[in-house]
Amino acid sequence: MIADSLDGYLILAGILFAIGTFGFLARRNAISMLMSIELMLNAVNLAIVAFGAFVPGLTNDASVIALMVIAVAAAEATVGLAIVIAIFRNRRTPLVDEYHAMNR
Amino acid sequence: MRYLVLTGLLIGALLTLPLLVVALIVAGEPLFGISGWQWRDFLFALFGVILLVAGLAVVTMRDIIRCGLAMIVCFAALAGLYVLLGAPLIAATQVLVYIGAISVLVLFAIMLTQTKAAPTRLVFQSQAPAAAVAAVILAFVIGIVVVGTAWGDVSAVVSTATDTLAGVLFTDYLLPFEVVSVLLLVAVIGSVYLAKRDEESGG
Repeated sequence: MIADSLDGYLILAGILFAIGTFGFLARRNAISMLMSIELMLNAVNLAIVAFGAFVPGLTNDASVIALMVIAVAAAEATVGLAIVIAIFRNRRTPLVDEYHAMNR
Repeated sequence: MRYLVLTGLLIGALLTLPLLVVALIVAGEPLFGISGWQWRDFLFALFGVILLVAGLAVVTMRDIIRCGLAMIVCFAALAGLYVLLGAPLIAATQVLVYIGAISVLVLFAIMLTQTKAAPTRLVFQSQAPAAAVAAVILAFVIGIVVVGTAWGDVSAVVSTATDTLAGVLFTDYLLPFEVVSVLLLVAVIGSVYLAKRDEESGG
């Protein structure tokens, strides 16, 4: 049934990716935008693992790629949050639409 | 406070659910006698709904701390889906890295950047309606592509054996593995340098 169909997992991953896209485009807080990026990375990871589970030749490779994505996402989150904290120290706000130094 | 307690209870329940999933999959029982519906279908629906509701909560909630807690729930539901897909090592890594490390990092960053001076009156930018339209269109396009593609013979879940995966990881993928470890080291050093206070500017 539905738990044994590739389409179900891929549609779930697609909807989660769209949610992450919306959050990245719409939120004002820089940390919210980073959390939305994490959601998008997780959606892609779900799609990779789903392909690995349903295509027999891809199983091990998909798992390795998913582990790599998790590691790179951890590095991305670390650097991204450090940048947000560094900007916050200068500008005293986490809201991205108030970073308008290039406007003047 | 009440919501935080409820969220904590939900997280605790979700963290124990993967064990339940394993037990039920091994048992392979049909669900309540409904023909064709196994326990794994019910669990797929449960985890999918939790995943999408928590994901929506992450992007729409007003209080950013609650967004972070909803993100933990979202990651836990994803770990359950990985177990359903026969990848227990990925599920364990998801719990360790995402719930254990990245969520804590995000929550610390939220605590460091919250100010009383910056009111949370507006959560969304002015482009939010256009972003919502674009996201819905994106979801529909992905859904159409997924349903319209013939994926070939994909009918059964193939489990990943952890020992085979370890063999592949340390033979075929040894170079990417080492590159990723160097990347993590670079990221740690770089973020420490970025987040460090400058002594000379007194910032």
